[in-house]
Amino acid sequence: MTAEQLHVELGRRYHFSASHRLHNPQLSGEENCRIYGKCNNPHGHGHNYAVEVRLSGKIDPATGMISNLADLDSFVNEKVIEPFDHRSLNEEVPAFRNAVPTTEILCIEIFRRLKSFPYAKLEAVRVQETTNNSFEFAGE
Amino acid sequence: MVYLTRKIEFSASHFYHNPALSPEENRRVFGKCNNPHGHGHNYALEVTIAGEPDPVTGMVLDLKDLKEILEREVMQRMDHRHLNIEVPELKGQIPTCENIARVIWHLLEPKITQGKLYKVRLYENSDLFADCYRNGAGART
Repeated sequence: MTAEQLHVELGRRYHFSASHRLHNPQLSGEENCRIYGKCNNPHGHGHNYAVEVRLSGKIDPATGMISNLADLDSFVNEKVIEPFDHRSLNEEVPAFRNAVPTTEILCIEIFRRLKSFPYAKLEAVRVQETTNNSFEFAGE
Repeated sequence: MVYLTRKIEFSASHFYHNPALSPEENRRVFGKCNNPHGHGHNYALEVTIAGEPDPVTGMVLDLKDLKEILEREVMQRMDHRHLNIEVPELKGQIPTCENIARVIWHLLEPKITQGKLYKVRLYENSDLFADCYRNGAGART
């Protein structure tokens, strides 16, 4: 089998910490409480999020890499880590002004922000909210 | 179809250097990884085999057999070795995660005779890995 018959992906994990509150203003206080439970606490709470980014592309024979890690790191830092780390997702990330910042929606938002990475194809984004739950989005 | 995954860990040294580039370009492209004295990692390899469980044994393949294949093909070749110098399959290639995963795929695929090699995931550390699939293999695990 030649190399071209293989599909190779590069995976990189990033970390940020942020606070959020799950609350839908279209629902009553009781419904919010019933649906979101502790996550509806009006003072918010936080997580150490881990973001796994997977990219595919040709392995450049000169470097052995699908993408230069420094390029990828600076892109992810600018698009996701800087705007999200040690922030309130509800208050400080415009995408969540009108959307509930569940990790499902967060995962889609991160995918949307990273889709334009110029040097390789974004295959999937997986977000771990805690070590016990994670969410993956691979585009529409 | 059932997907069975076995994990092994090995430690090896490597460095990144492309003789076709100038020393300055090598340093710019590869950064710290260009140090000619090399450095090392604890690699973690996850190998996933896809197949139907045998009706008699209930196994996709015997884990003892897989363990032996991984020992022979990967551990003996790469564990506590210098990947640039001691692994002929990597000769002429920069020993990145992507290239090592690809080499491991080619070493393992012909040896897997029960079930099919579905995926090779190689971690260089917990924040960096490469996945290898057969092109068009579709769904993921």
